[in-house]
Amino acid sequence: MSDGIIRLKFDILPNDMSAAGEASSGVKKVLNQLGVEPQKIKKAAIAMYEAEINAVIHGGGGIAEVVIDKEYIEVKIRDEGPGIADIELAMQEGYSTASDEIREMGFGAGMGLPNMKRYSDKLVIESEVGKGTTVTIVVNL
Amino acid sequence: MKVAEFMQRTGLKAFTGDTGLEREITGIYVCDLLSWVMSHASKGDAWITVHTHLNIVAVALLAEVSCIIVPEGIKAEEATVKKAAEEGIVILGSEMSAYHICCKAYELLR
Ligand SMILES: Nc1ncnc2c1ncn2[C@@H]1O[C@H](COP(=O)(O)OP(=O)(O)O)[C@@H](O)[C@H]1O
Ligand SMILES: [Mg+2]
Repeated sequence: MSDGIIRLKFDILPNDMSAAGEASSGVKKVLNQLGVEPQKIKKAAIAMYEAEINAVIHGGGGIAEVVIDKEYIEVKIRDEGPGIADIELAMQEGYSTASDEIREMGFGAGMGLPNMKRYSDKLVIESEVGKGTTVTIVVNL
Repeated sequence: MKVAEFMQRTGLKAFTGDTGLEREITGIYVCDLLSWVMSHASKGDAWITVHTHLNIVAVALLAEVSCIIVPEGIKAEEATVKKAAEEGIVILGSEMSAYHICCKAYELLR
């Protein structure tokens, strides 16, 4: 791995399912180039993909900011959407407010947040109703 | 078993041309819930799904499946095929149901 800290920033477009996943794919490629262990790349990429999808389908788009240091990768995904009223409820497997259209695509199974928890070493969700949501995912490298 | 041999033995056709045919299929995973696939499919599985939209390519890459199989004569969307080919992911198609594909795969992979 190289010495310096790498910082990346991506825009996440609202309601554009065809572009959803671009940010996590980009990060995955960088981690690959850095020679990070495949298992850790998988963890970081899945957790980030779930957060990115949520920003698209629930958050009205947002921004992904990624810091890759020697010991960890931190992914911060921020949106200015409706926010989450009850985070504990949202974390429950199967809980989803996704639309029928999104469900027909195979998303909206209510497993995104549980997957983020499962694949990150640290997960912080900050949310305020009417203001937005910031999800921070840390995976130790 | 390599994707190419699997195709030959099952009659599955590739939408994506010649890319990725040397990948090794080690099992089968059938599911249409994308979050579920990402967290439960094993690396090397051939993933059977009825979805053909663009996002299945990202999910296939994240889940590290060996290929995507769309059953029951479903046609893969053109944009999806293009993206999959770019990423080296094979999309196979078949007139068979997921169940019949699994039965054949069981004989071939066990
Ligand atoms: N960024 C977000 N903004 C607003 N609500 C969110 C956000 N992320 C998650 N939620 C809420 O939490 C629920 C559960 O999220 P998740 O576990 O990813 O399941 P799903 O996305 O399949 O609905 C969502 O249905 C939504 O109500
Ligand atoms: Mg989700």
